[in-house]
Amino acid sequence: MVQASPIPLDNLIVCTHCDAAFTLQRPEVGQRARCTRCGTVLITPRRKAGLQIIAVSVAITILIIGATIFPFLSISAAGKTNSVSILDAALAFSDGPLVALTLTTAALIIFVPLARVLLTIYVLVPIVLDRPPARGATQAFRLSEALRPWSMAEIFALGCAVALIKISDLADVGFGPAFWMFCTLVVLVVVQDSFLCRWSVWKSLDNTQTS
Amino acid sequence: MVGMEVAGQYSNIISARELGVVACTRCTQVWPAGTAVCSRCGSTIVARDAKSLQRVWALWIVGLMCYVPANLYPMLRTRTLLSVQEDTIVGGAVELMHHGAIGIALIILIASVVIPLGKFMAIAFLAISVTRPSSVSNHHRQILYEVVEYIGRWSMIDIFVVAIMSSLVQLNTLAAVNPGRASLFFALSVIFTMLSAQAYDSRMIWDVQAKQEGTTTDE
Repeated sequence: MVQASPIPLDNLIVCTHCDAAFTLQRPEVGQRARCTRCGTVLITPRRKAGLQIIAVSVAITILIIGATIFPFLSISAAGKTNSVSILDAALAFSDGPLVALTLTTAALIIFVPLARVLLTIYVLVPIVLDRPPARGATQAFRLSEALRPWSMAEIFALGCAVALIKISDLADVGFGPAFWMFCTLVVLVVVQDSFLCRWSVWKSLDNTQTS
Repeated sequence: MVGMEVAGQYSNIISARELGVVACTRCTQVWPAGTAVCSRCGSTIVARDAKSLQRVWALWIVGLMCYVPANLYPMLRTRTLLSVQEDTIVGGAVELMHHGAIGIALIILIASVVIPLGKFMAIAFLAISVTRPSSVSNHHRQILYEVVEYIGRWSMIDIFVVAIMSSLVQLNTLAAVNPGRASLFFALSVIFTMLSAQAYDSRMIWDVQAKQEGTTTDE
């Protein structure tokens, strides 16, 4: 193997999963670059992805706020009714040592998704407008990426489905506006995540910083 | 689909370490070997995380310890006019099965029993397999790791079901559902196994192969 003494670092791309090194080939818009050893997708550029992601993120923000405030589900049995919001569901574990669990649930289904969306908007808006990155944009994007596994809106949605079927034997269940907002939200979160090409974002944060 | 062109010889994939560089695991920027902090995103860079396995095992053990009380204590406490019933995870699923809701019982069993147990075994296997030669190919182990990372979060579903049930079913004297102690342990178990999977450095899977192949081609 020939070791060129100054390694052209900008021409290299390394797969973070298996540490294979490749010379960089930027894929065309719509194509994907994969690691040939382990198959991890490295680059997925999309046309106008930035603008689309910002639009979807704004929609998600509004839906999260709406879904938190409006009534989510209601049940009625033998003349008694009870209606809850998502916040109530998160606050279900409020007695004794289960308070810790309350905070965790609220964070996983409301605050982490909200934080990720806001961070994404903060990072992407200057990039799309061709301005220098916002202050602390790199830290913001790093935090957003680190929070990614902890954003569990879609899992909560499946949890809802299971709980509803469990309850439907006992009582009549009604859906509030927040329920439909939450369903839309889950789809949008998945869409936003699949549009985002991390490599491109890091690249643009880097370019604008050095020049 | 564009496959990346290999740096160095075309047929033989070389790792960043062999090339004398190191990549930031967060933002993938490449730096000369020995760089401590990525100056693009500010993450700490480690060529190979030597303490990775220790952290994996530590978090794995904590997760396993939490999983035991999660199954012994009741998960849900259902109070109706006449009786109070406490269900463990498995007990609740069996109960559902008796009521004929086999699909739901299966979801609960898969999310709360099969996935956690499978995850404990998969992480243990991955951690052991990088220290000694393994008969399972690297490719399969990489896939296994990605599945573990992806699917681990879905175990939280039982916690959310309990949260929804116990906030929704509050009909004063008629019926009330309250979370049991197991929910706390179960959530902790899921969180710790997720952390354990994240602590695992999947690049180690491929190092072993590179080492083995290196010795065979040299001879």
